[in-house]
Amino acid sequence: MSEINLPAAAEPVDSIGLKALGAAAAVGLLLAAPFLASEYWINAIIVPFLILSLAGLGLNLLTGYAGQLSLGAGAFMMVGAYATFSLQLRVPDLPLPLALVVAGLIAGAVGLAFGIPSTRIKGFYLIVSTLAAQFFFEWLFLKFPWFYNGNSSATIALSRGLSFFGLEANGPHGRYYLTLGIVALLTLLSLNLIRGQTGRNWMAIRDMDTAAAVIGVPVFRAKLQAFAVSSFILGIAGALWAFAYLGSASVQSFGLTRSYQILFIIIIGGLGTIRGAYLGAAFVSLLPLALDWLFQHLFSGHVDAGLLQNIQKAIFGILIIWFLIKEPEGLARLLGLRRAQGARRRLFPS
Amino acid sequence: MNMFLETLLGGLLAGTMYSLVAIGFVLIYKASGVFNYAQGSLLLFAALTFVALTDQGVPALGAIVITIALLVLTAIAIEKLLLRPLTNRSPMTLFMATLGLSYLVEGVAQGIMGSQVRALDLGIEDLPIFVGDIMISQFDLIAAGVALAIVVVLSLLFNRTRIGIQLRGVADDTRAALSLGIDINRIWQIVWAVAGLVGLVAGLLWGARQGVQFSLSLVVLKALPVLIIGGFTSIPGAIVGGLIVGAGESLAETYIGPYLGGGITPWFAYALALVFLFIRPAGLFGERQIERV
Repeated sequence: MSEINLPAAAEPVDSIGLKALGAAAAVGLLLAAPFLASEYWINAIIVPFLILSLAGLGLNLLTGYAGQLSLGAGAFMMVGAYATFSLQLRVPDLPLPLALVVAGLIAGAVGLAFGIPSTRIKGFYLIVSTLAAQFFFEWLFLKFPWFYNGNSSATIALSRGLSFFGLEANGPHGRYYLTLGIVALLTLLSLNLIRGQTGRNWMAIRDMDTAAAVIGVPVFRAKLQAFAVSSFILGIAGALWAFAYLGSASVQSFGLTRSYQILFIIIIGGLGTIRGAYLGAAFVSLLPLALDWLFQHLFSGHVDAGLLQNIQKAIFGILIIWFLIKEPEGLARLLGLRRAQGARRRLFPS
Repeated sequence: MNMFLETLLGGLLAGTMYSLVAIGFVLIYKASGVFNYAQGSLLLFAALTFVALTDQGVPALGAIVITIALLVLTAIAIEKLLLRPLTNRSPMTLFMATLGLSYLVEGVAQGIMGSQVRALDLGIEDLPIFVGDIMISQFDLIAAGVALAIVVVLSLLFNRTRIGIQLRGVADDTRAALSLGIDINRIWQIVWAVAGLVGLVAGLLWGARQGVQFSLSLVVLKALPVLIIGGFTSIPGAIVGGLIVGAGESLAETYIGPYLGGGITPWFAYALALVFLFIRPAGLFGERQIERV
């Protein structure tokens, strides 16, 4: 029934040379981006794009690689953001990067807890667990003032801003480099996880967990690992979303809509691919801008904002259906960027 | 004791409203194996169409007929443009497609008919009735009666009509049904249309309760724990699940809520569903999956 994932064949030498050149160019471009793009682009498009990619990456490990459907990505982002806030407020000695890591670990632990049902519940029944997380944390962080330090608007913001080790990361450039650094690190971590035994276990479980158990994959442990690692990344993405992009966040910043947005990113980008998260996030952040621009030019402001929002929503829905019909493996496949073109991978074999 | 009974009864009656939404899900899941997330949006679409038409001065009966016609057309379009191209894809892909469908339906419905809150008057007054010392809402009682009527009609449809038998055949074994010459595409259209009708009824009742607006589509989130508890494949399960969730929610809000600062209804049903799932992983009445390698 399910195909075996063969390791990609060794690549010819000249393609490696080309790749290295391409990678060097990409790195150069990424580092120089703040000096090429306007401040508006960095603040309003590039930084959120990077953070959404990171969140997509986190969810993709769980849903795309380990095959566990989650509708609670927003909840784990929320936990990361609120944990960072609490740590910065109550443990002022902890430098920001460490606070982020600890917040990620807290989100990971929460993810693990909500992943426990996955060992007994399968398929659609599992969404109840992540949805429970979504609604529980929305309630928790709003209900108890301790979590937002009794702030009258129930929002969280870092009083000392984004500074650590004597560095200031509050300007657009600082935020950009901070985000870029974290995203790059976590992408590397994910790539290594996927290529190692952990990733192979996850994919075996995604393809058919009973079969995986039969051949000796530790299903229970691997599923929990997937929940923990995914939530760790989502937690850090949430903290960045709150403090590096929004500045001040509330429960609404991580509502159910956010969870769906992250899910759409990985559907459109490509489930079970690392670069899919980036492509999907680019698509999701650029589509509204493109539609805005288009409507500005077509109707020059005759269409009111509410209608525009609904049209966007409808177009979004059509695109999702279209993607699932035409290219279930997402943009990653569509752009012909897939690594192992011979080794076809299946998303969710029945 | 009276307060306990009153809370329990109120909860049970509210639960039948959840069941109504859940039944639409079960119908589609049974016949086409699709976990239809868009049921909430279809419900919103139905209620919104009805209210928009009556606001335009169309008499209620005419509005109902037009709405039903639109729902049938929608069902046919969904079958042709969504289900057919996605035949034989994994259930997960189909689920995600219905997520997309819910965006499309919501966007179109609100784009055409506006996103303001519209009042819906069904002519049922929400007067309290007293049975002994216990107060019951008349509206809830009627809603429960409607739910009951729908279940009776559906079971007659399933057991006594030719179409119903075909539907059960498809639900039981799609391949065997196909080989017997059952037109599965038509069955899908019928099921989606029937689910749309159930959605219309649920939408009108919920709409009369809380006004017809976007948040109406969120009742789908109320119906999920109901489905999980009852099992995806069972209409009696949807009813029992609805009653459990309704009663559980209102009892928890009254008796546990105060200790937690209140407002626990949004997540309580999910916690309850998780507890049930740990005991029965396929819901109370769901079909247990047998896995083969």
